[in-house]
Amino acid sequence: MGKVSIFIMGKRYNVPEGSTIITALEYAGFQLKRGCGCREGFCGACSTVYRLPGDYKLRTGLACGTVVEKDMQLVQIPFVPAEKVIYDISKLTPSVDVFQKLYPEVFRCLSCNTCTKACPQNIEVMDYIQAIIKGDIEKAADISFDCIMCGLCAMRCPAEIVQYQVGLLARRLYGKYLSPKGEFIKTRVKEIEDHKYDKELSELSSMSKDEVSKRYYARDLDFKIT
Amino acid sequence: MYPDYMQESLKLVERTRADRLKIAKSGEKVFKPMTEKERGEVLSKFHPDYKEDARREVRVGPNKGDKITTEVADLLESHSRIDSSLFDLANPAYETDVLIIGGGGAGCEAALFARNEGANVIISTKLRLGDSNSMMSQGGMQASVNPHDSPIIHYLDAMGGGHFDNKPDLVRALVTDAPMIVTWLEELGVMWDKGADGHYVTKAGGGTSRRRMLSARDYTGATIMRVLMDEVKSYPDDIKVMEFAPCVELIMDDKGQVAGGVLYDLDTEEYSLVKSKTTIITTGGFGRLHIKGFPTTNHYGATADGIVIAYRAGAKLLYMDSVQYHPTGAVYPEQILGFLVTEEVRGLGAQPVNKVGELFVFPLEPRDIEAAAFIRECLERDKGIKTHTGRVGVWLDSPIIDMLHGDGTIKRNLPAMVRQFSRFGIDITCEPMLIYPTLHYQNGGIEINERCETNLSNLYVAGEASGGVHGRNRLMGNSVLDYNVFGRRAGINAGQRSKQVKLGKLTLNHINRYEAELKNAGIKTDRISPILLPDYTPKEVKDRQLTAHYEGTLR
Repeated sequence: MGKVSIFIMGKRYNVPEGSTIITALEYAGFQLKRGCGCREGFCGACSTVYRLPGDYKLRTGLACGTVVEKDMQLVQIPFVPAEKVIYDISKLTPSVDVFQKLYPEVFRCLSCNTCTKACPQNIEVMDYIQAIIKGDIEKAADISFDCIMCGLCAMRCPAEIVQYQVGLLARRLYGKYLSPKGEFIKTRVKEIEDHKYDKELSELSSMSKDEVSKRYYARDLDFKIT
Repeated sequence: MYPDYMQESLKLVERTRADRLKIAKSGEKVFKPMTEKERGEVLSKFHPDYKEDARREVRVGPNKGDKITTEVADLLESHSRIDSSLFDLANPAYETDVLIIGGGGAGCEAALFARNEGANVIISTKLRLGDSNSMMSQGGMQASVNPHDSPIIHYLDAMGGGHFDNKPDLVRALVTDAPMIVTWLEELGVMWDKGADGHYVTKAGGGTSRRRMLSARDYTGATIMRVLMDEVKSYPDDIKVMEFAPCVELIMDDKGQVAGGVLYDLDTEEYSLVKSKTTIITTGGFGRLHIKGFPTTNHYGATADGIVIAYRAGAKLLYMDSVQYHPTGAVYPEQILGFLVTEEVRGLGAQPVNKVGELFVFPLEPRDIEAAAFIRECLERDKGIKTHTGRVGVWLDSPIIDMLHGDGTIKRNLPAMVRQFSRFGIDITCEPMLIYPTLHYQNGGIEINERCETNLSNLYVAGEASGGVHGRNRLMGNSVLDYNVFGRRAGINAGQRSKQVKLGKLTLNHINRYEAELKNAGIKTDRISPILLPDYTPKEVKDRQLTAHYEGTLR
């Protein structure tokens, strides 16, 4: 396999062409303790910033999902100092006032869109911050849904907003208070509390493997939507 | 973009799509599910667990004489990282009611419920809080939330998936707690996928006989995990989180009770002692052991640390002979080798097809059956698609999802999948994915009862580190449920128990006893465990690290 030269924290290393930044770091001999997590783009541990030759832009990416490029200069940002405001979700009301109180810096948003450009998930970060300012929690929850809390938005924000914490609060408020509530789940929970299934479960639990197997292969498959 | 040499096969997939779509739309099963006999045959001939060298006898410890997964046996027949004589056990750095080892889903859940019981909690976690397989689960969580479903049917599905080896009391706990867990998570603010009337969107999964999979797009694990972490961080006075501080051994007392753990600071390389009235192991599974050389879907930290330290202390393991290979791991491009392609993709109607575009298996068999059928198609029937790096896989025809459910379904329901593949130039809304089984789940673990108790006093286990819930094969959506149900139960029971525990004098003698057992068994090895991190340093680099001394994988 061909090699490509990259700069890790300013120092040149030759790494296999086509490798992701994380495998390139390991190939170079780094034993990762920080800056490495799920390696599949879900955990936000491996935030990385880099520049490419002849390009003024400071780029961002996840080390697990970004392929190395010739002469790229990179450094990992494995931690973002940011406060998580303490709140009791059961005592909040789903309104813009909550954000005014807990994360007042949201209202300093300059609409510069730097957060959106920094997001490795391509989330319209600024749009969800603006949605919160307008009191549209549902929209903020929807747009921010795929946030992996890597912190790159917060690192770049000139208004010093911690967007990913704000998005999480919006989603929690939506999930708890605003999402439509179904009826049947209450019935099912009540049935279980009332021990409706206990007798049959006790019978099943005491059956031999063969008997359970018979019941299993005799069960019907029914994928209708209810 | 797929390379030229795959184009011919891709055309055949496109050509058969219309007919396959017709069958799917008719409501008929697109391929005949296997009978009990056919299942047995394909498993014994093609599942990696059944290969000659997959298992070996472990020569020490509580399961001495049992045949278990070879890589796990190696890990258990290893030396401790520590010299017990170096520790001042009379002066532990920390004391707490409940020590939770592992900061993933089960750990966070346990912490919240132990706190509810009035216990002080320390969470020791190897990487960051939340760094775990729980964060990565995509597809969903099972719960019988439909009227034509019930805990009974859920019970049967789970037992059948596990080949009836599951411990009945554990499955019973799993299925009866499930609907309540759905509600509890929602009250904390988890955004489940719902219809306009609030009814949960449910999907089918491999081995389930009803639509029972609740989801949060394909970020289900992350959605739940972020809420749980946020909650844990809301009680800093009661729950102390120690990150980058894995537990490398348990501490016992002179009455044979578990009494805490030895923590190792990954940054400063210091050791410290935590004395605790009860201890809960929630360290997850073993994907990063790369069993039989398979790539894995698992988190970087999934190195079975909890199994090792519990075993050394005398905890019994169950079903450590069984490994779950997820049928659909990415094979191409090479950069995402082993990446999880969530079962939700098949739940939505995507079909596995071979190189000539033919269906060859019912798309929703239990995972071990489905995986074995893929291996058979590639190895025995030679109907797989080969890559230039010598790998082989079958197609998972995803574009058919939009044809079945309408344009935009894939983008809306599978944003993580679309994103992962698009990073490498593949658009799964119009091209299939190339897939092959990938190492996914530790079916077995430390044996527990429905209260999460082990055979050791004051030691509890929950989540993937435990064994018995899933028998020898877990169904989709039952692991997210597992860590929620048993994390909660472990937290409640360990929290309550911590109020009554009287600890004796602390000791690490069990480590010396274990060392003696290794010696008596004639085991000569320089292996050290828990390994804490997987070893990805190339050999050439190690050869040049002339003054490095490796303790397991860490130098």
